[in-house]
Amino acid sequence: METILVLTHADETGSALTRASLEIVTAGKELAARLGATLTIGIVAPSSAGAATAATSLPSAGARLLAICGEAFAQPRYATDAAACEALCRAAQASIVLAPGGSRYTRIAAGVAHRLGGFIDTHITALGGADTVEATRWFYRQRVEGVLTRDARPWFLLLDAGTHAAFAGQPGPAQVEEVAVELPQIRTTVSGLRAPSQGTQTIRPDAKLLFVAGAGWTKKQPDGQAHAAEAGDLILGFLRASGASLGSSKSLVDQGGEGNSVLPFLTHLNQIGQTGSTPRHAKGLATCCHGEEPHVVGWRFIAERRAVSLDPNCGWTRGKADVVYVADAFQVTARVNSLLEAKKA
Amino acid sequence: MGNVLHIVVCAGIVPDPLQTLEPVTGPAGPGLKNEMVLPAVLDPWAASALYEAAALAAKNPGSKVWLVSLGPKAKLQQVMMTVAQKAGFELVPIDGPIGGFPDAHSTAAVLADTIAAIPGLDRTKLLLFGGWESATRGAGVTLQLVGERLGIADQFQGVDEIGLRDDGSFEVLERVEGGKHQVSVCLGPPAVLGWATGNLAEPRNNPQIGMANMRNLMPALQKARTAKLDANGLRYLSVSLPKQQRTTRVVKDLTPDQIAAELVEWIGAD
Repeated sequence: METILVLTHADETGSALTRASLEIVTAGKELAARLGATLTIGIVAPSSAGAATAATSLPSAGARLLAICGEAFAQPRYATDAAACEALCRAAQASIVLAPGGSRYTRIAAGVAHRLGGFIDTHITALGGADTVEATRWFYRQRVEGVLTRDARPWFLLLDAGTHAAFAGQPGPAQVEEVAVELPQIRTTVSGLRAPSQGTQTIRPDAKLLFVAGAGWTKKQPDGQAHAAEAGDLILGFLRASGASLGSSKSLVDQGGEGNSVLPFLTHLNQIGQTGSTPRHAKGLATCCHGEEPHVVGWRFIAERRAVSLDPNCGWTRGKADVVYVADAFQVTARVNSLLEAKKA
Repeated sequence: MGNVLHIVVCAGIVPDPLQTLEPVTGPAGPGLKNEMVLPAVLDPWAASALYEAAALAAKNPGSKVWLVSLGPKAKLQQVMMTVAQKAGFELVPIDGPIGGFPDAHSTAAVLADTIAAIPGLDRTKLLLFGGWESATRGAGVTLQLVGERLGIADQFQGVDEIGLRDDGSFEVLERVEGGKHQVSVCLGPPAVLGWATGNLAEPRNNPQIGMANMRNLMPALQKARTAKLDANGLRYLSVSLPKQQRTTRVVKDLTPDQIAAELVEWIGAD
């Protein structure tokens, strides 16, 4: 019989589980029910009190609850997080380990799998199979989809965010078993987070809409001049009015590194596609972007797609978008901003 | 002398992103149709790691960069002809399979054994670089596994910047959720850094660097050892292209006002 361990961790408050962790609790509960497996949930938190509070959201999951607690686990760090998860896995004697595919556990899960003599697969988007585990994931940057399985155990599976609903059981008192861990030598100090863009935070993972700015925004316009400042104002105006998250093509972001006239709020973190991110938003609007394949692979999880482009033969028209408006994005965005502002007022 | 670094960059080769990819399943498992004839490039995020490594080595005299690459020898030779013009390195090639379907654990074992056997490599000065994910498997685990096998307990993934200090410690910026960076300070090598984009543009071709690299490159390719990758029980049940071709409505006859009205309605609709 399989023993499933779900690895979770506390959020920045230290006393609640992250949304991604709760999504994996749902995945673990579903998988355990299907396989007739036992379920254990492991919590990494900065304090015993924090772990106990976080665990109050879990009693209805019907799982054994384990926790690793201590100030050393307040910040994500390879040495300490790997030691914590290794201890949880050994305590649970898990044959299958599920974990959220966020930055914290992505950094350490493979190392932990190796320490336990196990194997790992990441970016899992679905778990299927009747009495086995069949994991679906993408290859070649979301261009090829595969379903795989393994006989070897322990098997670590990191699931992408948004693949399951967050667990929302009846809260109540929970019994948490604290697991002891021997801390390794700590050579890394985490000093905090830094937002790279000046002023406005343009990346909003929870936004319903993704707005993608392509290189056309900084190219010469019909008057023979580039209008980067105006483009920046229009794009920021759209983000303010719509609450959208900002993405970009590689070509536009790269212009900044080459010292050209650019949009100052764009960084490589905004880059979508082959060498950028693959965000999850319900809708996506591309502007001044050719829709080349290396960029569009980053749109794999965008359900509804529209584009505004002056090129009637751009990549978006070839089955990559639902609607393509052949028009000037400067004019269209200005009018959209006016309408959105009026609607808000 | 400042900080002398021994930087090992792990970088695979991948199909040019503009190529059409079609998965096929053969006796040895899944692969890509005409894989061996598809034009290949150095894995993009690993290429960022190489450029950052070269820049870091240039700022720290006495430092050295090795490029460890696993792939079919002929493809490696083809790709290295271009890469060798851009950054100085000593190539450590391994003749083995290409692609996204071999097991990452096997790949990591081969890479770790190869790195451990590099003559003259001082592991106390080692910075192990690579892309945080490949453009083939995209699992983001190979470099981490190599680090574990080499006993390196300070690892960073999604790195965009490293700032080396006079005392040998360094500050690292790692990508985390929400478009932010986590800032950490590590006491010094050894460490693993899986690079995202970094901050450097792709270097221009430099014939002088190319000539210097060539002295090592061809002999190294001739001596490349052959590696076989175990499946480790990994079985593929299916491999296919996504069926997501959309029926695109191309709108050419609306005014900006009409398009804006349509878009606002679409944005607002749930």
